[in-house]
Amino acid sequence: MTEPLLDIKQLRTYFVSAKGTRVVKAVDGVSFTLDEGETLGIVGESGSGKTVTSLSILRLLPPAARIVGGEIWFAGENLLTKSEREMQRVRGSQMTMILQDPLMSLNPLFTIGEQIAEPLRIHRGMRGHLLADRIKDLLRNVRISSPEVRMREYPHQMSGGMRQRIVGAISISCEPRLLIADEPTTSLDVTIQAQYLNLLKDIQNRSGLAMIFITHNIGIVARMCDKVAVMYAGRLVERAPVRTIFNQPAHPYTEALLNAMPKLTDKTERLWSIEGQPPDLANLPPGCPFSPRCPKAEDRCHREVPPEYQVGDQHFTRCWLWERR
Amino acid sequence: METSQAVATSETFAAQSFELTRWKKILSTLQRAPIFPLLILAALVCTAVSADFIAPHNPEVGNLRYRYRPPVWQDRGTWEYILGTDHMGRDILSRLIFGSRISLIVGITAVVFAGVVGTTLGILSGFLGGWVDQVIMRLTDAWLALPAITFAILLAVLVQPSKWNIVIILGIVYWTRYARVVRGEVLSLKERDYVRLATVAGCSQARIMWTHILPNVANSTVVIATLQLGVSIIAEATLSFLGVGVAPPEPAWGLMLAEGKSGLMAGYWWLSVFPGLCIMLVVLSANLLGDWFRVWSDPQSSQLSPVVVE
Amino acid sequence: MHGYIIRRVLYSIVSLILLSMMIFCMVRITGDPAVLMAEPGAKEEDLQAIRREFGLDKPIVVQYVFFVKSMLRGDFGKSIYYRIPALDLYVQRLPASLLLASVAMILSLLIGIPVGIFSAVRINTWFDNFGKIFAILGLSLPSFWVGLMLILTLSVYLNWLPSSGADGWKHLVMPAFSLGWVFTAAHMRLTRSAMLEVLGSEYIKLARIKGLSERLVIAKHAFKNAVIPVLTLAGINLVLMVNVAVVVETVFAWPGVGRLLYEGISFRDFPIVQTTVLMGGVMFVGVNLVVDILYAYIDPRIRYGN
Repeated sequence: MTEPLLDIKQLRTYFVSAKGTRVVKAVDGVSFTLDEGETLGIVGESGSGKTVTSLSILRLLPPAARIVGGEIWFAGENLLTKSEREMQRVRGSQMTMILQDPLMSLNPLFTIGEQIAEPLRIHRGMRGHLLADRIKDLLRNVRISSPEVRMREYPHQMSGGMRQRIVGAISISCEPRLLIADEPTTSLDVTIQAQYLNLLKDIQNRSGLAMIFITHNIGIVARMCDKVAVMYAGRLVERAPVRTIFNQPAHPYTEALLNAMPKLTDKTERLWSIEGQPPDLANLPPGCPFSPRCPKAEDRCHREVPPEYQVGDQHFTRCWLWERR
Repeated sequence: METSQAVATSETFAAQSFELTRWKKILSTLQRAPIFPLLILAALVCTAVSADFIAPHNPEVGNLRYRYRPPVWQDRGTWEYILGTDHMGRDILSRLIFGSRISLIVGITAVVFAGVVGTTLGILSGFLGGWVDQVIMRLTDAWLALPAITFAILLAVLVQPSKWNIVIILGIVYWTRYARVVRGEVLSLKERDYVRLATVAGCSQARIMWTHILPNVANSTVVIATLQLGVSIIAEATLSFLGVGVAPPEPAWGLMLAEGKSGLMAGYWWLSVFPGLCIMLVVLSANLLGDWFRVWSDPQSSQLSPVVVE
Repeated sequence: MHGYIIRRVLYSIVSLILLSMMIFCMVRITGDPAVLMAEPGAKEEDLQAIRREFGLDKPIVVQYVFFVKSMLRGDFGKSIYYRIPALDLYVQRLPASLLLASVAMILSLLIGIPVGIFSAVRINTWFDNFGKIFAILGLSLPSFWVGLMLILTLSVYLNWLPSSGADGWKHLVMPAFSLGWVFTAAHMRLTRSAMLEVLGSEYIKLARIKGLSERLVIAKHAFKNAVIPVLTLAGINLVLMVNVAVVVETVFAWPGVGRLLYEGISFRDFPIVQTTVLMGGVMFVGVNLVVDILYAYIDPRIRYGN
């Protein structure tokens, strides 16, 4: 069995308020792995820690955040031991990220060509004609027509869909091994979303890169991902291959998420929603963070944090209900 | 299992994540209060109020035998005139003390005047809308066509130099600062539910403006006012320096600077340094206080105040 | 966009009209305009002659029309002291003020922008705190006092620089510094806050994701975006400087329009005062208009939208 491309072990990232009084445990003991060419979907509500996890992997956290524990193994190296300069060589070339809002991601003052050229110049040392040709190639790969013209244009001259594709082009320019996409379709029109997802899938098939897809939309997960990790209040509550998650969800939260998704075959008229309020990350209750809202919660759930239990083949969950062995 | 500088120990954070006791909360608020500016401003007020008692000499009448005496620590200085004397033998220290009165009175009244006019017009403009709003907005635009100091100079030239004329002039010149901001706030306040409820309930517009709108814009008004205090004091000093402000022989600090200018080349440094220092201390304190107040009342706003250079 | 430009131009014209009306009214409210236009100690016959010459005995509306017409002709009255048209005097002195203001502006940008950038990049460190103190000091020290202190130290005690006149670059240093002082602080603060905002933006995040070194991120991506607000403000501030330079020019006897205004005040030469103030206002409205129009070209929302 080959080593996984990405191996996260017990990652903990906390935020400290300016006066040092409030500690928010944004990511608390998250572990998962990702093989070459695989797609992992990270699902959860806002505030569940999905984005902070991805920023931790890239080590691009805001100043108030600190990684306080765990290991991040990427291609056989622990990223947490690297210096900033070494990380800069990893970023953009071996692992990249697509952000949510394509308009904001592109610098309004530079041409598209210039923005795509940057990582190529820095990581691959390309110049001149070679560079220009590569840029045009990339633009064609993301299905942007007349690349010679587009190269010289500015972000505000393009549509939202095009911009997101350009951001995609930037991220695959140096043929990374891992691409993290943080809600890449949320700000796109519904009609464009499907096109974009197909494009990403295409790119992945051609280049064999691994992807982490962060989203709150389970439908996208079903289409794009091989395996799924469900996060709640900074913890990973369930991880499994995608079919398993949909057919045999183990954690009550996962069940609730699936139930909340309206289906055409539903006969009832009311929308199903999860009871209670989202958790306050600065004041988490003892025990399982989902226990206040869990319909199956037992006494123990409110008192102690459950460890991870194996439910099936490659299927794990953090829930006392699965304590059998 | 090495983790390097990227990873802080969880113990550090555990130590930091305790609950603040009540005492600590009070202490931290006190610590952040601007002690220095408050002290200075308090000293200013005390000086101004007790000027008659603490000033060693008459600020307007001098002893010609003691002209141009330097401060006590220099040659020819005496303890009788601690900070020296000016060209008419008047005691600098006493003039500074009485000058504080002028700065304080002019500064505060000008700010209050401008504030009242500006806030009123801002509320009327924002709340009533329509042609009232248009007229007031165009008026504001016209007002802002002239830089404040230039405007103030123009007005000051047309009237006799005096304290009260300056107050009126500064009020006339600076009301726009309040009006714009207040109008903006009123526009958003208008949409609030309690205002709408009051309208539906049949309250007169005047009543709504007085009881609902006014208290809510008071915050911003005070912030602007504290920052404007420094501006007003400098404006008054500028006008006095140019000769169109407070009239001699009143001991306005700006006037003292004007009188001291001619003595500068001769080395009579104390005539210029001390009044300027006083202006600086007072304005600095007012600005620090205003800045602190702004951050305290609205923690969202950035640390440095908006850039208005006039 | 054309609609926007037309509206802006109209606003400016209205502002100028209101400005002239304001001056017109203020003069009449506070006293007898004939007295203002006459030499001190003029006799009644002289005053009557002046009234006839300027149409001051006619109804108010006619007076105003006369006022506006003569201004549009470029006739702002004759200086009582110099006995030449006030506008000529103004135009004569303007270059000196522009020179002073330009040098002061360059100084304030050369110091203010880097300090602002460093403060933002090294936020909350000792440098940033030093920057904040500097900024508050800038607001708190009147420019003429800075000038006086400079004269005291550099002219009187150290004898390095001359304290008045305008014969060489040495004469320019202290006045430019005093004038630029306040603006340096303002530019520093604006750069700092612009930089902070830019540093928090998504494209900076993406630049870091691409693996750019921090230095490149700041120098290439952040810098350009952050200085735009300052540079646009700089244009307006330049004209502002010309207007508020009155005290600095007085302290240093710099032969610009500020000093002209001071002369007008001291000699009770109202035509000079009126001209200086009016022209200052016109230039100020003008530069604001130009900047707004330029913005219409730069900001894509105005360019393509509305």
